[in-house]
Amino acid sequence: MIGEIDPTIINLTVFVLAVFVGYHVVWNVTPALHTPLMSVTNAISGIILVGAMLAAGPAETDWGVWLGAAAVTLAAINVFGGFLVTQRMLEMFRKKDKKGS
Amino acid sequence: MSANTVALAYLIASVFFILALKGLSSPLSARRGNMFGIIGMVIAVITTLTITRNWALIIVCIALGGAIGAVVARRVQMTAMPELVAFMHSLVGLAAVFIAIAAVNNPASFGLPEILPMGSKLELFLGTFIGAMTWSGSVIAFLKLSGRMSGAPITFNGQHRVNLVMAIVMVGFGLWFFFSATTNWTAFATMTAIAFVLGFLIIIPIGGADMPVVISMLNSYSGWAAAGIGFSLGNPMLIIAGSLVGSSGAILSYIMCKAMNRPFLSVILGGFGSEGGAAVAGDGTQKTYRSGSADDAAFIMGNADSVIIVPGYGLAVARAQHAVKELAEMLHKKGVNVRFAIHPVAGRMPGHMNVLLAEAEIPYEQVLEMDEINSDFSNTDVVLVLGANDVVNPAANVPGSPIYGMPILDAHKARTVMVVKRSMAAGYAGLDNDLFYMDKTMMIFGDAKKVVEDMVKAL
Repeated sequence: MIGEIDPTIINLTVFVLAVFVGYHVVWNVTPALHTPLMSVTNAISGIILVGAMLAAGPAETDWGVWLGAAAVTLAAINVFGGFLVTQRMLEMFRKKDKKGS
Repeated sequence: MSANTVALAYLIASVFFILALKGLSSPLSARRGNMFGIIGMVIAVITTLTITRNWALIIVCIALGGAIGAVVARRVQMTAMPELVAFMHSLVGLAAVFIAIAAVNNPASFGLPEILPMGSKLELFLGTFIGAMTWSGSVIAFLKLSGRMSGAPITFNGQHRVNLVMAIVMVGFGLWFFFSATTNWTAFATMTAIAFVLGFLIIIPIGGADMPVVISMLNSYSGWAAAGIGFSLGNPMLIIAGSLVGSSGAILSYIMCKAMNRPFLSVILGGFGSEGGAAVAGDGTQKTYRSGSADDAAFIMGNADSVIIVPGYGLAVARAQHAVKELAEMLHKKGVNVRFAIHPVAGRMPGHMNVLLAEAEIPYEQVLEMDEINSDFSNTDVVLVLGANDVVNPAANVPGSPIYGMPILDAHKARTVMVVKRSMAAGYAGLDNDLFYMDKTMMIFGDAKKVVEDMVKAL
């Protein structure tokens, strides 16, 4: 039975459930952290790096590989830049913790 | 690694991404959340390395991109966060387009059949056009936010009709690609090109102060683009991570629209605030206002019991956050209860003011959201409005006003109001602000940073 289902339907199932999870998780984010939320989601959308790595690494090499390599570079900027700038911002919120307590 | 092991590792990474967002529910757990995100990404990348080749090339590219990202993250000014975020959205969009083109060129490298099935074509079509629009839209947003391009809306006659026609033509080429038996590069390339142009056209009519909505919307797009690529590649992790980002951006857009009391569609169609800067003369009579010096203001605040500071975009432009911190500390030493009131759309992106105040090390217990502080204005001695305008305009309570219904900070209810502004020019909504003409209001003209520094000196 499972074998007969089109993979697209399974992907759609994952998609719909993930949107629900995202919806509920994000509403719980405190408004003060909305900017870090955007920068961390930037880093997470850098997950497209995985697709870029597949594009850059096929068995036979042609121009598609270079396109993949370019995509790997772009996505890596996002991943590193996103997580690091989020870290930097959250450090600022930490300093205040120390002061407050 | 077997396909099953890879899928399980991807599942673990997906859970870490969810935990990363969950961590942001409080500043205390946020750093741990960010760490979860990094762990998830490391798992995802290492797992993918085991199923791909060209390691040397991939690792060099990751190192190169990573180095650029690290330098940018370290150097960026907190006032420039909106530009950085727009810039990063554009990268995701472009990467999605590159991957989609590579997939059409060589489906086998993604484990797809050599002749693309219709389902994959549809998914590639979606991933490409969302990615292309994200790229060009974000480039415009970046140019507008960084001041390299005027923030004024660019409109022309029949603009929406042009966009609509282009969208239809784009879908037409998409269908041609979809129904072609072999790989139809002409259709695919034309569709992609139109999507790029459409991205530009959609963002140019949207004005500078609607940027919090635009940037959230593009955040959402970049997520959907990643999810679209996830569909094409049959990769649930990409779908999950993309959907998380997509729904996050959508929620932020919704919150921003609600805070401006404007329907999402009207923001997106743009053109609002085209006459920004030119005050609409209410009844034609010259209204009078009282202006004062920074010294007078400092004296009044020094003798008050409670002060609420309302920061706006003007504070970010003047980079006055550190001066404001000094002011708050001085007043605090004099026994004044100082707090900050943040409107959801203050600044150029959601939560921007909170980050700027955090950068200046203002304790976050003193920084309150609109709902938390609005009832306190009526028993506050002094409200100091720094570079904010529409978010404190009492016209929002007057039926018939263009901004009627927009939630505002009730600054007008305080005993004394002080407004630091560069001139009497109207705010983004192009409306005159009655708050400036009230008997209890004192206008202090000048650059926010300069004025606040003068206040600190006077104290």
